[in-house]
Amino acid sequence: MLKTEPFILNIGPQHPSTHGVFRLRATMDGEIMTDVEPVFGYLHRGLEKLMEGRTYKENIPLTDRLDYVSAINNNWPYVLALEELAGISVPARAEYIRVIMGELQRIASHLLAIGSLMNDMGAFYTPFMYMFREREKILDLFSMVTGQRLLYNFMRFGGVSHDFPAEFLPALDKLLRTLPGFLDEYDALLAENEVLLGRTKGVGRLSAEMAINASVSGPVLRGSGVRWDIRKASPYSVYDHLEFDIPVGTIGDTYDRYRVRMAEMRESIHLIRQATQQLPAGKTMNNVPLRFRPPRGEAYAQVEAPRGALGCYLVSDGSETPYRCHFRAPAFLNLSALKEMLIGQKLSDAIIIFGSIDISMGEVDR
Amino acid sequence: MPTYPAISPDWPGNLWLHALVIGVFLIAFLMVTVMTYIWIERRGLGRFQARLGPNRAGPLGLLQAFADMIKILTKEDIIPSRADRLLFWLAPVAAFVPVVMVLAVIPLWPGLQLADLNTGVLYILAVSGIGTIGIFLSGYAGNNKYGLIGAMRETAQLMSYELPLMLALLSVVILTGSLSITELVAAQDVPFILVQPLGFVVFFLATLAEINRSPFDLVEADSELASGFNIEYSGMKFALLYVVEYSEAVVASVLVATFFLGGWRGPLLPPVVWLLLKMVLVFFVIIWIRATLPRLRIDQALGFAWKYLLPIALFNLVTTALTAVFLPNLSVWVVAPINILLAAAAMVLGARQFKPGHANYERLEP
Repeated sequence: MLKTEPFILNIGPQHPSTHGVFRLRATMDGEIMTDVEPVFGYLHRGLEKLMEGRTYKENIPLTDRLDYVSAINNNWPYVLALEELAGISVPARAEYIRVIMGELQRIASHLLAIGSLMNDMGAFYTPFMYMFREREKILDLFSMVTGQRLLYNFMRFGGVSHDFPAEFLPALDKLLRTLPGFLDEYDALLAENEVLLGRTKGVGRLSAEMAINASVSGPVLRGSGVRWDIRKASPYSVYDHLEFDIPVGTIGDTYDRYRVRMAEMRESIHLIRQATQQLPAGKTMNNVPLRFRPPRGEAYAQVEAPRGALGCYLVSDGSETPYRCHFRAPAFLNLSALKEMLIGQKLSDAIIIFGSIDISMGEVDR
Repeated sequence: MPTYPAISPDWPGNLWLHALVIGVFLIAFLMVTVMTYIWIERRGLGRFQARLGPNRAGPLGLLQAFADMIKILTKEDIIPSRADRLLFWLAPVAAFVPVVMVLAVIPLWPGLQLADLNTGVLYILAVSGIGTIGIFLSGYAGNNKYGLIGAMRETAQLMSYELPLMLALLSVVILTGSLSITELVAAQDVPFILVQPLGFVVFFLATLAEINRSPFDLVEADSELASGFNIEYSGMKFALLYVVEYSEAVVASVLVATFFLGGWRGPLLPPVVWLLLKMVLVFFVIIWIRATLPRLRIDQALGFAWKYLLPIALFNLVTTALTAVFLPNLSVWVVAPINILLAAAAMVLGARQFKPGHANYERLEP
């Protein structure tokens, strides 16, 4: 054997597969990663500090910018924490609207996750574009309701900003009828593909024990076979009135994480169907004083965002602005298991393992 | 077989004039085909990916390649400060020249070729291997780690795939009884794809690997190496490398068309039209594969060559040789269906035999 020297490879911060500005400082032995050090902070905007200087209502758009791929799910823990803190009740219709929009957002986010995972795997943009085609339909629905396509500023403490317009429910119904067929088609094209199976099966295994110890959540945790979902574990909103399964993987490899995301989209469709059937009439917003001052105290609320358990810890000192607002970002915590999965893998595998965690740098760096 | 007037080297002048005229013609032919291929690939990929593809520059986006070239040529030509300047200059040229040289022995029209070597196949194999040195140099000379990894991958891939490629060609040579390309085309009363289906599959896949096309595009590996070997190139040199990539595709499709699809032969239409049609057909399949399959990992790519392609090519060679020795007068119309059936059976059995991925995996129920 020839003696080879390890070398250091900087993957990122401007690398097409880092999904933002993330940097992996990898020590490579040829193609194999022997050590890896994640470096982040390139997208740090000081969101949590910014929030301390703005009123509660002004902060909602900021939460959109945490995980820009699933903005609605990011509003959610913030308004939940605030509602808990101030004891604001939410009309039933608004709760259902939140669930419908949140689950739509989950589908949109998972479509993007799978599309970019396939891109990392080297399928030249075809799955990506197909996933985007479906995602586009969902974004059309969002712009119907909120007027925006990416950052919606949709939730309010005490309700949601807009009720569904008249044309929304028929359009949603049409989407729900067609989407499962498309998902089945993509699944048939991808999940049985020989190259994809060879690339993903057994790659980047994360044991259930390790996943729990690393505080991993979301599809990454469930891919490892842990049946844990905030929507079931501590139901918020109206999730306890709705029926759904928690899909889990078996061995926690990249393929399991892919399958879990695929299955979660189907569950989301199921959830949206139920929610539209149960959707009550009524108002979508309870009255909240314009100059809103919650009582002194603190509250923590968490929701199941597409990337995992997204929590918001809110401390109020009784003024118009929060004293402290901290987010438990699932993507950030999921990254803590990255090193475990990457060491000893080949460069190509490392890229898809990283892709299968599906991070969003806006959330990691905040 | 209709007879065509051969364009013979009996020019009013001498051999030099012949070489000059045909040589210039070949380069012009290559450039025009490259431009067409770029257009076909971009439009074709667009269609595969549920989008339009370039359609702004000129009718149907025909001028897009020209627009891109003008853009690339006006870019600053950057040489990294720690690059090996001589090799950095030399690499694109070293990559380009062999590709053009391969065309010299291909008959585009009966008699229209630079040189009708009686060792044509050997010449093609020898010359096409040199192009790899250019690609390797371009990865190495830029003093970039991504480029170096790409260069190493290129070398490993060439060494692995050259062998099945040669063996697949050998069986064609056995059938023809000559190494001359002209005689090879003349021998194809029935295109060799019918007589040598296994040889065709091996040759086609090995060619894909040699020209670094998906799923063997590990050298560029956009999502891993951020375009790999040409990562440090810009301006004119990048343009040349870009042209090399497509020239290789042109040459590969010319070779497949000549060796297995009957070259310029075909009824009614002029020979060169037939050749072009066959080339475009082959290139379409290449695009199709690119739009469909994810990329293989490096060990999978090399393993595929050594474990599957090489035995198949050997098997094919031995059976062809045995048939040629013991049953030399067997009609092609008998051999072809048997061969096709055998090849289909071999592929189905092979696919059953070699399931990728890992054992102990249970399908996740959706």
